[in-house]
Amino acid sequence: MEHLNFEFGPFERRVPLKAPLIVGVVGSGNLEALLEPADLGGRVRFDVSTSIKGFAPTWSAVLRDVAERLGCGDLRVSINDAGATPAVVVLRMRQAQAAIEAGE
Amino acid sequence: MSAGTSYRESTARERIARFFDAGSLEEWLPPSARLSSPHLPALGLPVAFDDGVVVGAATLLGHRVLFAVQEPAFMGGAVGEVHGAKLTGLLRRALTDRPDGVVLMFDTGGVRLHEANAGLIAISEIQRALFDARRAGVPVVLVAAGANGCYGGLSIVGRSADAIVMTEEGRLSVSGPEVIESQHGVEEFDARDRALVWRTMGGKHRWLIGEADALVDDAFGPLREATVRALATPVPIDLATVRAAHRALERRLRRFGAMDDAVEIWRELGLEDPEGVPMAEVAALVARADTIREHGRG
Amino acid sequence: MADVEQLCRDLFPEGHSIAVRDGRVTGRATVAGETIAILGTVDGALIGADLAFALAGEVLDIVERAPGITILLLVDTGGQRLSRRDELLGNAGFLAHLAECFEVARGRGHRLVALVHGDAVSGAFLSVGLIADEVYALESATIRVMALPAMSRITTIPIERLESLSRTSPILGPGPAHYARLGAVEAVWRDDEAAQALRAALSRPPPRGDRRIALGSERGGRTAAAEVLRRLGVEP
Repeated sequence: MEHLNFEFGPFERRVPLKAPLIVGVVGSGNLEALLEPADLGGRVRFDVSTSIKGFAPTWSAVLRDVAERLGCGDLRVSINDAGATPAVVVLRMRQAQAAIEAGE
Repeated sequence: MSAGTSYRESTARERIARFFDAGSLEEWLPPSARLSSPHLPALGLPVAFDDGVVVGAATLLGHRVLFAVQEPAFMGGAVGEVHGAKLTGLLRRALTDRPDGVVLMFDTGGVRLHEANAGLIAISEIQRALFDARRAGVPVVLVAAGANGCYGGLSIVGRSADAIVMTEEGRLSVSGPEVIESQHGVEEFDARDRALVWRTMGGKHRWLIGEADALVDDAFGPLREATVRALATPVPIDLATVRAAHRALERRLRRFGAMDDAVEIWRELGLEDPEGVPMAEVAALVARADTIREHGRG
Repeated sequence: MADVEQLCRDLFPEGHSIAVRDGRVTGRATVAGETIAILGTVDGALIGADLAFALAGEVLDIVERAPGITILLLVDTGGQRLSRRDELLGNAGFLAHLAECFEVARGRGHRLVALVHGDAVSGAFLSVGLIADEVYALESATIRVMALPAMSRITTIPIERLESLSRTSPILGPGPAHYARLGAVEAVWRDDEAAQALRAALSRPPPRGDRRIALGSERGGRTAAAEVLRRLGVEP
């Protein structure tokens, strides 16, 4: 297992998330992401636990894009990954973003 | 059947959102509680924040129920220490909460081998808590309609409930096709023969032989209605009732014990065109077979 | 594979009377002056529909003929029978029915005590063993979910890893000691002290309710399960 953390921002806007939100499932080629509001001075923090080692630069690049697209901070994202490709990571985070914007 | 309406193709959380009354969901020990498996990391395996089962309370067509829904994609829906304790704890809460019932949605291979001993013991604890809930007057209903099936020790737990609701796609059996084949050869069970697997372990056969109490289409409306109906007819745990069940099982052994295949059993039940059962529409099958099928409870 | 006749001679110095047939043992014995019922599987019997049904019938006979008698389950089973026929007939239903018969017995005041003396495997152990109020095991017994080689094949975890993990963790790997640490087995008895241990066990009051998670937590084998129960507002 590999545990990675990344922080991006700070962003001016706070994420409009009141309660924890979960997307995805921990199945082969998939991941779950738990999104929680957090006091991070406007930053977004990603904590990734993954069974596939050696992809830190890929995670960093993908999650940086995700953070930029979200464009808001004070958000903690905890990921349990079972080998999702970057495309799947992006898909799950888009689902999360849609859920946040829908006010779920 | 589109993914939006198929139980089988839905994730656990999708099943919960589509099955229970909108806005009624109260999840206990949600992912943010981070009660995940303490054992999987040592094996280099990722954890799930809910350890693969969602438990809590909700309403079902207005009835307050407790629920447990397994996530089929995580570790095959199998039971580990935390997962099992969530199920046990949910059923024990029924004693004090006194809901109108407990709805269990199993989609599982049984014991999580990665936590083998804890999983097996947990299954016994779940079973005991289930019996206690029933004896306290709280009905417990299993929905077995997922793609993993309901296998292993949890199939025995499932048959310890008041009723089982199945779809044709669902399966219920102790031992899986692969393990039977690997132990006794393809002659005994060809695990790749999907038609054989479903004839032997699938929802239609289970309903016809009395292992399942309701057979419905793979859609949330019918599953919901069948579950509510099942919750309304709990079965007492007492000597008279278990004696009646004993007679029903004795009849099952006597009628079908010498048969080799489900089609023979269906013919013996009096079904016209038994070979056509696998292709039959569920509603049509239920209509013509309801009075001739076996009931497991006497 | 254990010899149930020898076991009974060792266990019951005050006398016993058993019959063994078709994979099962039935009978009566005297312990500390009290008559108890004996029921179990022998010779590592595999439990399929027929044996589960027969055992269920024995439980019901005990309940009807000997109200309130303590039932001692002698466990020696190789697991559930793996066969197309047993699954075709609905083995899950038979095993659950057997468990429910024990549940009826428990509800009618019968004390259920299990003693694992041979093998205890998987699903069969659920219905004939783990269903009891207390489970004891002889040192010489084996208790397991699955043999390690098969577990290794299915989980794709190398067998050396499984073996090394099972030395430090009671979660994996067979054995009564592991099951005791996890709270499922109350105590492991030396084979030559079983008679006294049984007498002592039966002289203690039976546990109230299912205390296995509490026991497993006290013994350090299953602390996460206890935490889950407490967080759900339930006493372990």
